[in-house]
Amino acid sequence: MSVQTPQTIVPDYSFLKKVEFESKIKASACFQCRKCTNGCPVTFAMDFYPDQILRFIHLGLRDLVLNCATIWVCASCETCTTRCPNEIDIAGLMDYLKESAEKEGIGIKDNKTYMFHRVFLDDVKKRGRVHELRLMNEYMLKTGEGVKKLKDDSWKQDLKLGLGMLTKGRLPLLPKGIKNKKEVKRILENID
Amino acid sequence: MIDVSYYPGCSLEGTAKDYRESIETVCERVGIKLHELEDWNCCGATAAHSLSHKAAINLSARNLTIAEKAGMDLVIPCALCFNRMKAAEKVLLGPYRREYAYRFEGSIKIWDLLDFFCQDRVKAEIARRFKRPLKGLKPVCYYGCMANRPPTITDARNWENPTNMDELLSFLGAEVIDWPYKTDCCGASHVVARPDIVFNLVYKLFDMAERVGANCIVVSCQMCQANLDMYQDEISKKFNRDFYFPILYFTELVGMAIGEKQVNRWLTKHFVSAKPLIESVGLNL
Repeated sequence: MSVQTPQTIVPDYSFLKKVEFESKIKASACFQCRKCTNGCPVTFAMDFYPDQILRFIHLGLRDLVLNCATIWVCASCETCTTRCPNEIDIAGLMDYLKESAEKEGIGIKDNKTYMFHRVFLDDVKKRGRVHELRLMNEYMLKTGEGVKKLKDDSWKQDLKLGLGMLTKGRLPLLPKGIKNKKEVKRILENID
Repeated sequence: MIDVSYYPGCSLEGTAKDYRESIETVCERVGIKLHELEDWNCCGATAAHSLSHKAAINLSARNLTIAEKAGMDLVIPCALCFNRMKAAEKVLLGPYRREYAYRFEGSIKIWDLLDFFCQDRVKAEIARRFKRPLKGLKPVCYYGCMANRPPTITDARNWENPTNMDELLSFLGAEVIDWPYKTDCCGASHVVARPDIVFNLVYKLFDMAERVGANCIVVSCQMCQANLDMYQDEISKKFNRDFYFPILYFTELVGMAIGEKQVNRWLTKHFVSAKPLIESVGLNL
């Protein structure tokens, strides 16, 4: 997911306004001190640093931030949000950008992190609670990870862990549901 | 007897059943009566807050409404469930509360289980049943992210350098070792889609735990436990190291200190066996 930074940028502040209005997070308060980036534990896997994402929002580079790997690499550890001297909820912004990316269908194709979230919520929608075994099966099927694992032999390691879980009584085969499934389904239906 | 509402969360029904057993037994032994929330639902975890802020808040809010009706403080072992419930609390008591489907007056307190155990009244109960100090155990306390950050949500007092677990384990007689990675991230649910990220983060934790001379790592979050325990072999191989760190729940240590025999069974449910360590320090029951 590598994206080129445009050469000439004409700032468009309408995106910043939209982000602030919808997320209720004051992105414009960023003065680029980079404290977020310095404390971020996952910068090694990002294409842009958190402070750059803030700057891109200021400049109106919508496509760039919705397409980047960074928003999906963010582990929501909340270090940036905790340390920001201007009290910007940066991790919250990353969530807002992920939600926007999904709504607009940008950057979610072949995105395994997105697929995991999607499959997770679909599972909650069914019974009101997550059943880990079903969740993993669905994920392996939907992402094609299962087939990939069969080809490259990494399924053996997964099987070892799975069997370990099973023999330790940590992998119930049948899911538990809640009584009021409808209510939870309703909460989750409004998001699509 | 201390009565509290209890939200176990989905993983304590599955892969973290060991944590659940230790929590429920130890609570009973020290006089905490856990009342499981009626018909609780999944908090939505990272998936919900990543894809829909509104649904994420409503999912947790439903549980808060149930808890408030039950009328007792709410104890939550899973750090992420705790964090999500606290996030919903702040929203439902804030200026935008009308945008959500549930009401919460804030009449009950939401507790992280570890924090609940660190109250003087619970420590006094532990002291009354205390059998033996955990001498020889040299743990580093690994608090992880979600029980503490961000403090505006969690109401944590020492979010950069929490000390409540250190104090509790010292109180149990363990030789707790200070270290700088108490609240560094393990990568959590990234382990499914991006294990590369998790392995890098957890390797750093192991490397530091080894450098400071710890012989085990104690956690209060089942996601941290899984990432550090299940993949320890794989991480050792990948980074050409030979790590051996039993990853223990703080409740298991409380169990050991009060002489609870079931501890043995809980420990066999981990991937990294604690047996060699426990025997070498003479703490086997």
